[in-house]
Amino acid sequence: MSAEGVDLKKRRFLTATTAVIGAVGVGFAAVPFIASWNPSERAKALGAPEEADISKLEPGGLLRVKWRGKVCWVVNRTEQNLADLKTLDGELADPNSDVETQQPPYCKNPTRSIKPEYGVLVGICTHLGCSPTYRPDVAPADLGADWKGGFFCPCHGSRFDLAGRVYKGVPAPTNLVVPPHQYLSEDVILIGVDGGAA
Amino acid sequence: MRKLIAVITLALMPLAGIAASGGHELHQANIDLNNQAAIQRGAKMFVNYCMGCHSAKYVRYKLFTEVGLSEDDIKNNLIFTGGKVGDLMTIAMPEDDAAKWFGAPAPDLTLTARIRHGGADWIYSYLKGFYVDSSRPMGVNNTVFPNVGMPHVLWELQGVQKPVYKYEAHHDGHAVASFDSEAEADAYVKEHGEGYRLERMVEGLEMERPGSLTPAEYDQVARDLATYLTYISEPIKLERQRMGVWVVLFLIVFTVIAYLMKKEWWKDVH
Amino acid sequence: MSFMNWIDERFPATKVWNEHLAQYYAPKNFNFWYYFGSLAMLVLVLQIVTGVWLAMLYKPSAADAFASVEYIMRDVDYGWLLRYLHSTGASAFFLVIYLHMFRGLIYGSYRKPRELLWIIGVIIYLAMMATAFMGYLLPWGQMSYWGAQVIVNLFAAVPFGIGEPLSIWIRGDYVISDATLNRFFALHFLLPFVLAALVFIHIVALHKVGSNNPDGIEIKKNKDENGIPKDGIPFHPYYSVKDIVGVGVFLIFFTAVIFFWPDFGGLFLEPPNFEPANPLKTPDHIAPVWYFTPFYAMLRAVPPMFNSQFPGVLVMFAAILVFFFLPWLDRSPVKSIRYKGMLFKVPVAIFVISFVVLAWLGMQPSTPVKTLLAQIFTALYFAFFLLMPFYSKMDKTKPVPERVTK
Repeated sequence: MSAEGVDLKKRRFLTATTAVIGAVGVGFAAVPFIASWNPSERAKALGAPEEADISKLEPGGLLRVKWRGKVCWVVNRTEQNLADLKTLDGELADPNSDVETQQPPYCKNPTRSIKPEYGVLVGICTHLGCSPTYRPDVAPADLGADWKGGFFCPCHGSRFDLAGRVYKGVPAPTNLVVPPHQYLSEDVILIGVDGGAA
Repeated sequence: MRKLIAVITLALMPLAGIAASGGHELHQANIDLNNQAAIQRGAKMFVNYCMGCHSAKYVRYKLFTEVGLSEDDIKNNLIFTGGKVGDLMTIAMPEDDAAKWFGAPAPDLTLTARIRHGGADWIYSYLKGFYVDSSRPMGVNNTVFPNVGMPHVLWELQGVQKPVYKYEAHHDGHAVASFDSEAEADAYVKEHGEGYRLERMVEGLEMERPGSLTPAEYDQVARDLATYLTYISEPIKLERQRMGVWVVLFLIVFTVIAYLMKKEWWKDVH
Repeated sequence: MSFMNWIDERFPATKVWNEHLAQYYAPKNFNFWYYFGSLAMLVLVLQIVTGVWLAMLYKPSAADAFASVEYIMRDVDYGWLLRYLHSTGASAFFLVIYLHMFRGLIYGSYRKPRELLWIIGVIIYLAMMATAFMGYLLPWGQMSYWGAQVIVNLFAAVPFGIGEPLSIWIRGDYVISDATLNRFFALHFLLPFVLAALVFIHIVALHKVGSNNPDGIEIKKNKDENGIPKDGIPFHPYYSVKDIVGVGVFLIFFTAVIFFWPDFGGLFLEPPNFEPANPLKTPDHIAPVWYFTPFYAMLRAVPPMFNSQFPGVLVMFAAILVFFFLPWLDRSPVKSIRYKGMLFKVPVAIFVISFVVLAWLGMQPSTPVKTLLAQIFTALYFAFFLLMPFYSKMDKTKPVPERVTK
């Protein structure tokens, strides 16, 4: 072994270049492995926006729709319900929907909805993920005389009003989530995608 | 090394050809996977004429957004069941029913182009190869798929074809003589006696009753369906080839630089 | 270097680096044939990585397996690439290993003191075959199903009433079924790690005895005053940079196949395997994947004897097991083909031709003529090994130089 005819500078340059190109190659090679963990077309198809037909939803009624494996509610609130909502602010943790992650901007309003009567909510308790029960009855024995209708989580006793707003002093920290949604027509709500300017 | 590669290549070459089964020569479909309009037309034919019995259950309708259709196009023109764009192209017919009616369940067609030797050419020839044969339960037979259980679903478009027979005398599994008339062939076989056998072969097809399409229009339909079925058998094909060009070019650059580096290091070795 | 000191006091990192790379002396005259060892390791790693990823997406049940492969090919981002990498990788693995074994054969790399190295290599080859065989069932296509059916039925040919219960035990059912698929999947996942362990042992043995070379000269016999072989060069950097070039060339061919000819004319992905397994209908013509066909041809070449297919099965396994005895069959005074005479070169040529022809015959539907050909080439295949003690001894060899040649 000897050093004749060896250009150390050229050697260093070529070695570095090979290393860099090789590293870029390894980076490209990693793409399929990383990308394959993304939701597949099947997952996307199953998570596609879901249509809810509300033509048969009576005032005071609740419609359950599955979107991305989660239950979503469409609740048709009566005039009385809407009037009651206004009276509850003092008992609620976030009456004005200030936590922005819990609803799209177009639902940051007193009824947390696009149309006042129809509330659209993800039916999963913000505490530990149980699905609360729909309790439209006013002042039942188990929930107390102040209950004006709402959602009650049987797991740990969290309470929400009919706009999905959480009461003070219950385990759940935030209001129920309002999913992105839009009205395709008078009777059809598409849950899962924003309607742009609502 | 070059010799070695040549030897290996030569040794492996016959395999591809040999697997192709004998029988009727296939028509050249000359499909073009870049022809998105053909794929779209084929898809429309498929959902209208084939999907009564055949599914393409590994394909999602949404795939056709890759060939220039919008989700609304797909909903309006391809989905009749009120399904979603993300749904698989399944059918409602239970396999057992199909088996009862046609003798065998109608196969899923997603991968037909990859299963059949000749791929698109086979499909094209099959769609053109139906002819009247009263001995078959559906009243038709097929040149590339003898004794097929499927009826000729497209007959109203293509019309009815009748076969032109030739008669062959066979000995030891080979044709030794061929005749236009059955009587001549029969005489030949009788004359030679033991070990000779008469075989009736379909030499060609003749239009008996024209359909609603001209032959050229029907060829177009068959070609569209062949293009469509080839496309769904491997939707990624064109993209994979495009990607491959860049991958190989990148590796060539890498290898050249690596080779120069190796040469530089090996100047030490005498 | 205080960080390296800290490590070295706790783990012999520098020591291992030096002993196996920076101060591991390999003969300086390696040629083309010496790329395939490192390439085999590369392909093994590739198969393990793509395999683990595919296992995250695949469903090992008779009801879901076929659909889950199509799911990977269509619905998963880049799933098609992972699958083609794995299916092409299997063929590439065997191609590389066959060339690696051929290198050992022509340069006498199995001769003393490398007998154990060779034997470990043959065990690796056997483990590879088992892995590939079980992996081929997983797509649950027609070829998968019927190929497994035929091969597992070979075990049913074992006499003395053992065969039938043995084959049922392997399948866990009376035919290939969901139970078989599930256990094959588990083993197909496990075996590559066994394979990796065997490769580690293979390299430990290699570094104990040192590499052979195209001249078949022991470089350790000629050392300089520092105890370094005069014909040796440190593996790193010289062979590490050289192998990188080999990897580049290999990947060009490998990716070209994956992106342009993933089916490889029906050789790597067979058309009937795009049809889901159907226990009621055998494809017109079934053949194993190309890397098994030489042995399949030998199996079919042996006619049933004593009302049993067992002799054929024995011949097939003997064709693989005979590799174990190679170190003791070769009686030539020299190792490398460079210094051997015609009496060795011609048999090697006959062996290679036999192997290739048998591989081709194994893919063909059998006819009387082809069966006869298979019988002739099976005989030649075994003659190469069994007559080696005689012809290798009689062979006129050339004198071996003291030092390696360029």
